[in-house]
Amino acid sequence: MEDLLLTPGQYARLYNGLRATLQLLGQAFVLGIFLSLVVGVGRLSERKWVRAISFGFVEFARGISSIILLFILVIAIPILLGDIFPWVLGQPVIVMASIALGVNMGGYGAEIIRGSIVAIPKGQTEATIALNLNPTQRLRYVILPQAMRIILPPMGNLTIEILKGTALVAVAGGYDMMREVRNMEASMLAEGVIGVTALFVNALIIYFIVAQVINALFRFGERALDRRFEQREGRSAIPLSVAQPGGN
Amino acid sequence: MNAPDTTSAVDISPKGAASVRMRAVDKSFGSLTVLSELDLDVEPGERVVIIGPSGSGKTTILRVTMTLERIDAGTIQVGGQHLYHEETATGALKPASEKHIRNVRSNIGMVFQHFNLFPHMSAIENVMLAPVKVHGTPRQEAQQLGMELLAKVGMVEHANHTPGQLSGGQKQRVAIARALATQPSVMLFDEVTSALDPELVGEVLNVLRDIAEEGKTTMMLVTHEMGFAREIADRVLMFDSGRMIEEGPPSELLSNPQHERTRSFLGAVAEH
Ligand SMILES: Nc1ncnc2c1ncn2[C@@H]1O[C@H](COP(=O)(O)OP(=O)(O)O)[C@@H](O)[C@H]1O
Ligand SMILES: [Mg+2]
Repeated sequence: MEDLLLTPGQYARLYNGLRATLQLLGQAFVLGIFLSLVVGVGRLSERKWVRAISFGFVEFARGISSIILLFILVIAIPILLGDIFPWVLGQPVIVMASIALGVNMGGYGAEIIRGSIVAIPKGQTEATIALNLNPTQRLRYVILPQAMRIILPPMGNLTIEILKGTALVAVAGGYDMMREVRNMEASMLAEGVIGVTALFVNALIIYFIVAQVINALFRFGERALDRRFEQREGRSAIPLSVAQPGGN
Repeated sequence: MNAPDTTSAVDISPKGAASVRMRAVDKSFGSLTVLSELDLDVEPGERVVIIGPSGSGKTTILRVTMTLERIDAGTIQVGGQHLYHEETATGALKPASEKHIRNVRSNIGMVFQHFNLFPHMSAIENVMLAPVKVHGTPRQEAQQLGMELLAKVGMVEHANHTPGQLSGGQKQRVAIARALATQPSVMLFDEVTSALDPELVGEVLNVLRDIAEEGKTTMMLVTHEMGFAREIADRVLMFDSGRMIEEGPPSELLSNPQHERTRSFLGAVAEH
């Protein structure tokens, strides 16, 4: 059994890789959530063409594997569209990889959001119509806050899936923690240093910890949401003394 | 706090009771015709109770008035304004835009059989939502109005409670306060006591009685509470298979029905 502890220098390199992985994950997450919301709501639009485009996006984003999407964005898009949109040429791999993972997340996330919205009883929407809320207000104040309880658990799992997906960026020539591990492995093998197993075990533990932190954050969100369904206390309560019954 | 009371963006002071006028209204669900050629007039401030057997279209009448279902043909006017149509320069009618419908809809409020309170909002938050978000009433003012309405329905102590903590009767009283918060000219009540345990029916009927006595709103109620109908209705309409087969003041229609269907229906209800 090798010693599982790495040297401080090795941990510093892993830390650099981890930062790149988290940046990639963060960017993909923001794009993924945005696309999930827009497309998930679009799937239920009254306009047929909005529904059609949204459906097309979901089918595309879920049907294509993330590794292919990654290669398309990192390699094919710059070649195909570089002349028309010079912007894509100058982009670091991490930006294109974030877009690929974000689109991937958006496809699955949209279905989570659509499913959660249709799970809210129809009477809730009818009450918002009777109160004359406009469609955006209906979603924002009544439907989505309730749908969030349904959305959060699968969205947490999806985020962890995307974390796993970030490791693919190394294959497409991008830099992340997995790339750093590979680099370190290569130099260790070249120098004949032992401890490659320890290196991979450490990387695995770090991925595991990140996944647990994501889990905990989503759990925290769930508990915060659950509190909305409970009695208002403290600062969020309204003082009962302001009531002046019978104003007329 | 000490803002002048002219800051309210939209006037939600009582607009006063409005009339409801239906002409040749048709409504089908697939091959099932629920309303056909329905004409119905409700005067401003009138309290009309709609009765009839299950499936006779009572709920549908209220739902098309609240725009929860669209009509297939005919016209509905609320307070003299067309709900589903706009008048062109030549006086002809064309289908209304969503904006127009929203405008006219602001005069109408509805209370549902199953309350439909928002479970993630406290009682007062339920009541304040429309004034703050739809009418632009400042929060402080909306809170004051909301607490007055909760006081009116006897629910002040429960202002900070969420629907999950309330009994059916309490939920329905909050739902009534929520509907009143938009100051509707016409209020629709669809069997608002049917989902309640018998001992909770009275507290909700008391609130309806208060609204009726104030006389600021036109009320259209679907109910099986014949004693209550007799007490507050100006007019009772008997429906069967989507048609109004008999109407009259409660003293006449409920005591001395002319139509055989009305007689058998009232007999069946009385046996409960
Ligand atoms: N959304 C709907 N889709 C299909 N059928 C409906 C729908 N709403 C109501 N109906 C049918 O229309 C008829 C009248 O319903 P309703 O107005 O609810 O009657 P009531 O309130 O008098 O019991 C019933 O036969 C009912 O099944
Ligand atoms: Mg009904």
